[in-house]
Amino acid sequence: MSGFNKVVNSYEEALEGFKDNMTVMVGGFGLCGIPEGLIEQVYNMGCKGLTAISNNAGVDGFGLGKWLEKRQISTMIGSYVGENELFEKLLLSGEMEVILTPQGTLAEKIRAGGAGIPAFFTATGFGTKVAEGKETRNIDGRDYVLEPSLTADFALVKAWKADTMGNLIFNKTAMNFNPMMATAGKITVAEVEEIVEPGELDPNFIHTPGIYVQRVIKGNSFEKRIEQRTVKA
Amino acid sequence: MALSREQIAMRVAQELEDGFYVNLGIGIPTLVANYVPKGVEVMMQSENGLLGMGEFPTEETIDPDLINAGKQTVTAATGAAFFSSAESFAMIRGGHVDLTVLGAFEVDQQGNIASWMIPGKLVKGMGGAMDLVAGAENIIVTMTHANKHGQSKILKECTLPLTGAQCIKHVITELALMEIKDGAFHLIERAPGVSVEEIKEKTEADLVIPDNVPEMNV
Repeated sequence: MSGFNKVVNSYEEALEGFKDNMTVMVGGFGLCGIPEGLIEQVYNMGCKGLTAISNNAGVDGFGLGKWLEKRQISTMIGSYVGENELFEKLLLSGEMEVILTPQGTLAEKIRAGGAGIPAFFTATGFGTKVAEGKETRNIDGRDYVLEPSLTADFALVKAWKADTMGNLIFNKTAMNFNPMMATAGKITVAEVEEIVEPGELDPNFIHTPGIYVQRVIKGNSFEKRIEQRTVKA
Repeated sequence: MALSREQIAMRVAQELEDGFYVNLGIGIPTLVANYVPKGVEVMMQSENGLLGMGEFPTEETIDPDLINAGKQTVTAATGAAFFSSAESFAMIRGGHVDLTVLGAFEVDQQGNIASWMIPGKLVKGMGGAMDLVAGAENIIVTMTHANKHGQSKILKECTLPLTGAQCIKHVITELALMEIKDGAFHLIERAPGVSVEEIKEKTEADLVIPDNVPEMNV
């Protein structure tokens, strides 16, 4: 079984081969379901010129906000990036390029990338700035935009549980972009809360089969910061 | 009297039908959940991967792994399901959501909507708005009829960058419920005590006014 043992024991090992100018996908919706320790490790390594694909860009000093501090991102591809003052500064000064992509199109670009589909037509964004310069086509009376898919050198995802073979289960809405990103990385690293032996996860309930996952690391600690703590009145 | 935010939500809520799957945007649309009519059961879809959004949690049940698209902590209702963002937008893009309610800066008589970007101001991104307006058959836009300076936001042609083209059919403002068809707004209902004249005055778009415009029941 050792050929299928994906577990690594340090963050250094988890990100071995990660370099400047790479394209990296980072799972999460806001700060929910982000691979905190892997983000920290890229920050510590200081790699620059990164193309980061993530729905959001973290907040000041946390999540991808860390990478902004060290000017590690040269191009950001996301759908909603406005929770972060430093982000605004880097954008206005031209230090970072931002490609805003509708959230569903972003999710599908990643899904398609992982599934070997080079591009797809979607009605989303037709007649808007998003469609500028893109091929369009009328199919059965409706207009669509051709959207190329996305893949990455590394996909950094967060899961709840893994077995040593890299089968993953996510928890609640911390799933979000993580399963598609896991399929679209040349090297997918899953940071998880718990690693169990093969056979302990019910095959009926695996979200991401291990074939997509190259490395699994048990996270040191998860802060799981909440952006909008809202309770019943 | 012009409708309050709550009254706009109450009027939208009258459009909910038993068995509807509903996606509510941020702001006034969120309030619609408070006015679901008696005997009507709906499931709220949150585009970050939750079908069956429940009420807010207590301090004891709060879970950082369970949030809505506004990044607020929530709970899962009985019968809820979790899924990925790709699955979530398959529901939306594939037309499986029965009703979508969202806000806007401007709507025009061709059914175009502008809701995500004001040139010169910092752009945060469109999030899921472009997917929602492109995918949903049944959309209600909630918005104010005019801006603070009295300039109409119900237009012949949107001035701001579009979120979607020719996709909006129903708009509810503090003054009126309108339907967009055949290249014009059609006045369907007016807010209680609001005159047709006032609505006409605050509408830049072509407005078709029937002989009888009933007052909303809110």
